[in-house]
Amino acid sequence: MDRYQSHRSLLLKLLSAVLVFGAWEVAGRIPVSYAFPTFLESMAALARMTFDGTIFVAYAETLKPLLIGIVISAIVGIGMGLWIGLNLKSEWLFSPIFVVMQAAPLAALIPILVMIYGIGLTSKVFVVCIMAMPVIVLNTSGAVRNTPASLTQMATSFLAKDRDILLKVIIPAASPIIFSGLRLGVSAGFIGAILSELKITPTGVGDIITYSRSIADYESMYAAIFSIILLAVLFLNLLEKLESYLFEGNDRGYVSD
Amino acid sequence: MPVTDSAVSVRNVSKSYGQVEALRDLSLEFPRGQLTSLLGPSGCGKTTLLKIIAGLLPASSGTIEVGGKAVVGPGPDRAFVFQDFALLPWASVIRNVAFGLELRGVARSEREAKAEKYIREVGLAGFEKSFPHELSGGMRQRVGLARALSVDAQVLLLDEPFSAVDEQTRRKFQEDLIALVQNENKTFIFVTHSIEEAVYVSDQIAILLPRPSRVHEIIRPSISRAQGLGSIRRDPEYLDIVDEIWASLRSYVE
Repeated sequence: MDRYQSHRSLLLKLLSAVLVFGAWEVAGRIPVSYAFPTFLESMAALARMTFDGTIFVAYAETLKPLLIGIVISAIVGIGMGLWIGLNLKSEWLFSPIFVVMQAAPLAALIPILVMIYGIGLTSKVFVVCIMAMPVIVLNTSGAVRNTPASLTQMATSFLAKDRDILLKVIIPAASPIIFSGLRLGVSAGFIGAILSELKITPTGVGDIITYSRSIADYESMYAAIFSIILLAVLFLNLLEKLESYLFEGNDRGYVSD
Repeated sequence: MPVTDSAVSVRNVSKSYGQVEALRDLSLEFPRGQLTSLLGPSGCGKTTLLKIIAGLLPASSGTIEVGGKAVVGPGPDRAFVFQDFALLPWASVIRNVAFGLELRGVARSEREAKAEKYIREVGLAGFEKSFPHELSGGMRQRVGLARALSVDAQVLLLDEPFSAVDEQTRRKFQEDLIALVQNENKTFIFVTHSIEEAVYVSDQIAILLPRPSRVHEIIRPSISRAQGLGSIRRDPEYLDIVDEIWASLRSYVE
C-alpha cells in the first residue's frame, strides 16, 4: 500500500469513528432513553474507572477465562482442523460435533456447564471455548481440504516429503482462511467471556455492567461495554499484524483497520 | 537430425481409472537432447502420460525408464512445468524459483544464487522480490520455467505450458523454447493441443488418438531452422505437416 492510500484510509477510519461517536452523542442528548448516556458522559466514566483502577481490577478477572479459552481454542482448534482436513475418517467422526457446537444456543447450555463444572473459572473457559472453537476448526479443516491440488502436486514433483507439503504448502495455502477463522473465533470468544460473566457469576467487566445497571449508573455500564469492544478491536488488529508477519504474501492490500 | 539414444522410454504402458481405459499398451521413445511433443485431441490422455512419466500417477501396467532407471515416483532427473503455473502465491519470485532446491535441502545462499541466475535467464531480472499476483500470466510461466530449470533435471516435462498465456507471449515463448532446447543439453517432453505449436517447436511429434490412447503416428519434422525462426512458418514442409496432422486428427474432433 503506498503512502497516499494509507493516509486516506486512516482519514476514512477517523471519519467513520467521528460519525459513530457523533451519532451516539446526539442520541444521548435527545435523549433516546433515560438509560442511554451521551458519548462524552460515558468517556468521562471510563476515565474515572481508569484512574481509580477499577477497570484494571475488572480486566484482570475477565481476561483470565478469555485468554485461557482463546489460547486453548486456537491451539486445539487449528490442530483439530488440520487433522480433520487431512483425514477423511476424522471428518466423519468429529465434524458433526463442531457443527452442532456452532449451531447450539449457548445460553441454554450454560446451566448444564454450571451443573458439571461449578461456577468457577472452568465453566467460563468452557463458554469461551464453545464460542470460539467451532469456527476455528471448521475454517481450518475447510481451508486444508481446499488446498489447490496443483500446488501439492507441484511440491510432490519437486520431491517434497509429506512434512514439507504440510508445512510449506498446505498450511501457508490455508493460512488466510485459518486466520479469518481465528478472527471470528476471537470475537466470539469475547462474547463468550462477557456472556459467562453475565450468566454464571458476575465478575470482572461483567460485574461492572451488571452492578452499574442495577444502580442506574448507565455511564459506567456503557463505559465498560465500550472498553470491551475497544479491546476486542485491538486484539483483532494484533492478530492481523501477526498474520502479515508470518505470511507476508497473504497481504494483497485488503483493508486493515 | 539423426536418432540418438533415448532419455525416456515408455514401454507398454496402460492406465485405467476404474472402468475407463485412459492409455492402452502405449510405447514411445524420447530421444536425448531433443524436444518431443505429445499432440492429440482433448481427452487423448497426453497429460495422463506426462504425469505418469513424472511419477505423479502410477501406471496400471508397463514400465517407464528415465536414463535407464525405472520410474517409481518423482525423481531428481525430471522437472515439471505446470499448465496453471502452480506458483506459491505467498512466496516471492525468488523463493518460488528456489522452491525445488529448498525441498532438496540446498542451503539458502546457494539456492538463491542459483535461482537468481535462472531468473535472469528467463528474462525476469528485477522481479526477484515480486509476488506472483503482481506478474502477468506470461511472467508467471517464466517463473515456473525457471523453477524447473534450477533443479537441473535431465528431463523437462511441460504440460501445455503456454495455453494460459496470450498469443503474442506464446509466440515469444515458442522461440525461447527452441533456443532453450539448443542451448541446454536436456530432453523436453511437451504436451500441447496446438498443431502449429507442435510442428514449430518439435524435433519429434507423437500423435495420440483417444479412447483409449495409443500412439497413432510419429512425425519428425526436418524443417531447417538455419534461415532463422521467422521463416519456419513459411516453410512448405511446415505447412504440409500441419495439414497432414489435421487430416489425421479431424475425424476425432467433434
